[in-house]
Amino acid sequence: MLKRVLSCHNSPHVFAGLSDISISQDIPVEGEITIPVRSRVREFDSSTLNESVQNTIMRDLKAVGKKFMHVLYPRKSNTLLRDWDLWGPLILCVTLALMLQRGSVDSEKDGGPQFAEVFVIVWFGAVTITLNSKLLGGNISFFQSLCVLGYCILPLTMAMLVCRLVLLAEPGPVNFMVRLFVVIIMFAWSIVASTAFLADSQPPNRKALAVYPVFLFYFVISWMILTFTPQ
Amino acid sequence: MATPAAPTGGARNGAGPEWGGFEENIQGGGSAVIDMENMDDTSGSSFEDMGELHQRLREEEVDADAAAAEEEDGEFLGMKGFKGQLSRQVADQMWQAGKRQASRAFSLYANIDILRPYFDVEPAQVRSRLLESMIPIKMVSFPQKIAGELYGPLMLVFTLVAILLHGMKTSDTIIREGTLMGTAIGTCFGYWLGVSSFIYFLAYLCNAQITMLQMLALLGYGLFGHCIVLFITYNIHLHALFYLFWLLVGGLSTLRMVAVLVSRTVGPTQRLLLCGTLATLHMLFLLYLHFAYHKVVEGILDTLEGPNIPPIQRVPRDIPAALPAARLPTTVLNATARAVAVTLQSH
Repeated sequence: MLKRVLSCHNSPHVFAGLSDISISQDIPVEGEITIPVRSRVREFDSSTLNESVQNTIMRDLKAVGKKFMHVLYPRKSNTLLRDWDLWGPLILCVTLALMLQRGSVDSEKDGGPQFAEVFVIVWFGAVTITLNSKLLGGNISFFQSLCVLGYCILPLTMAMLVCRLVLLAEPGPVNFMVRLFVVIIMFAWSIVASTAFLADSQPPNRKALAVYPVFLFYFVISWMILTFTPQ
Repeated sequence: MATPAAPTGGARNGAGPEWGGFEENIQGGGSAVIDMENMDDTSGSSFEDMGELHQRLREEEVDADAAAAEEEDGEFLGMKGFKGQLSRQVADQMWQAGKRQASRAFSLYANIDILRPYFDVEPAQVRSRLLESMIPIKMVSFPQKIAGELYGPLMLVFTLVAILLHGMKTSDTIIREGTLMGTAIGTCFGYWLGVSSFIYFLAYLCNAQITMLQMLALLGYGLFGHCIVLFITYNIHLHALFYLFWLLVGGLSTLRMVAVLVSRTVGPTQRLLLCGTLATLHMLFLLYLHFAYHKVVEGILDTLEGPNIPPIQRVPRDIPAALPAARLPTTVLNATARAVAVTLQSH
């Protein structure tokens, strides 16, 4: 009965005729709606398999670059959470670990962090923070949280680059103050960026409890960057 | 594939009107008895029958091929009809079975929901518990309440790790067999978990009313005092200051833990054993953390002053005989003065 009424009104104002439609109570308004998606799925599968390697790499790099921009200018957006990926954190972690190498084979002064140490600190720290935020009642998934924490290491990686450049000059207290200033700014930036993404997923009165371990995590990384001296 | 099996038994698609009647009888593959009966019934001449039979078979093959071709077009992966379906079903079943097993194992071992009730805290609660951990309560007549949560203790252990790392870096501690981070984490977590377990075991022997979770929480909050002391004294290298803080702050947090344990234990011997052990271990840990991880600072101070003179030494020194008598006392005096100065500085 409903279909008949609708088909009669072929005017441009389609919804004008709906005002006088009444559905009697004894007609059950139910049924199934099936949307054929098979053909679309088939298309999607073959398109990413058959494209060239360059296309795949450029697409992934663009996605990583877009997320870097989101970290540098933190706004309340869902991009990092929605399409999470772990390429960015991996690139950043490897870069940071490589730059923190002392490059000396001097076994006596082996107090600097090794590559594996930085790697383990970053990844196990991120896993611990994720578990903590989940246990506190957060509704963020495991990999989304890893993604956000990994991407927010970007400011600290930039601080590491600056510190390495500054260390090329002559050492002294001025040198140290410049590095300290840069690291503190980048540390604050990292925390602000990660809070902007993670805070929404926590219950409102427990945000501080979830942010404190993030603070500790970035503090440890900042400390490793600040006390780095190439010998 | 075409099945040229029993003559009329195979007629599924190409059954004409005269065979249509008994088609439902031979659905399951048919038996020879029924076929022979029907063949006899329909026509007289066997030669005509054979002609029709061959016609039917050829039509069957054509139809079966057409059907197979249709099915192939309909196949997603393009595998040949029946075999493709079978292998796909087997693969599908294996995938489902594997997925089920993996998800069962995951939900059994990685179920962090077991720990969820221990993290159910508010920031205000954590703050008040941190402050209370420094205030010993005198009332020991009935058991004092211990909050069984793990968030505060865990965060305090991590904070201690960070402070320890800061202290080791400042003093340029050299760890030979291992890494700085590994040492810091191992020390702090080892102390928290190990001493908790040991005291829990002693509490079991002394019949004290305390659970493992409560012991972990109690000792974890007791590390708050350690964090404060180390944070201050790793930055201000005065030994007198350290001893003062050790007694004051460390003593307060130890007294609090001792008071809680005393309130939960009956009997003087048991109380003495349990509380004595805890107090000793807690205070000695703070001493250890301070001296083991930044003693190299003294070495740096020494090298800035002059040649490396050990602070306490009772080695007989050879007095050079060639020196004139007048200069001897001054040489000895200078060396003694320097040694005394260094000793004063390091203590």
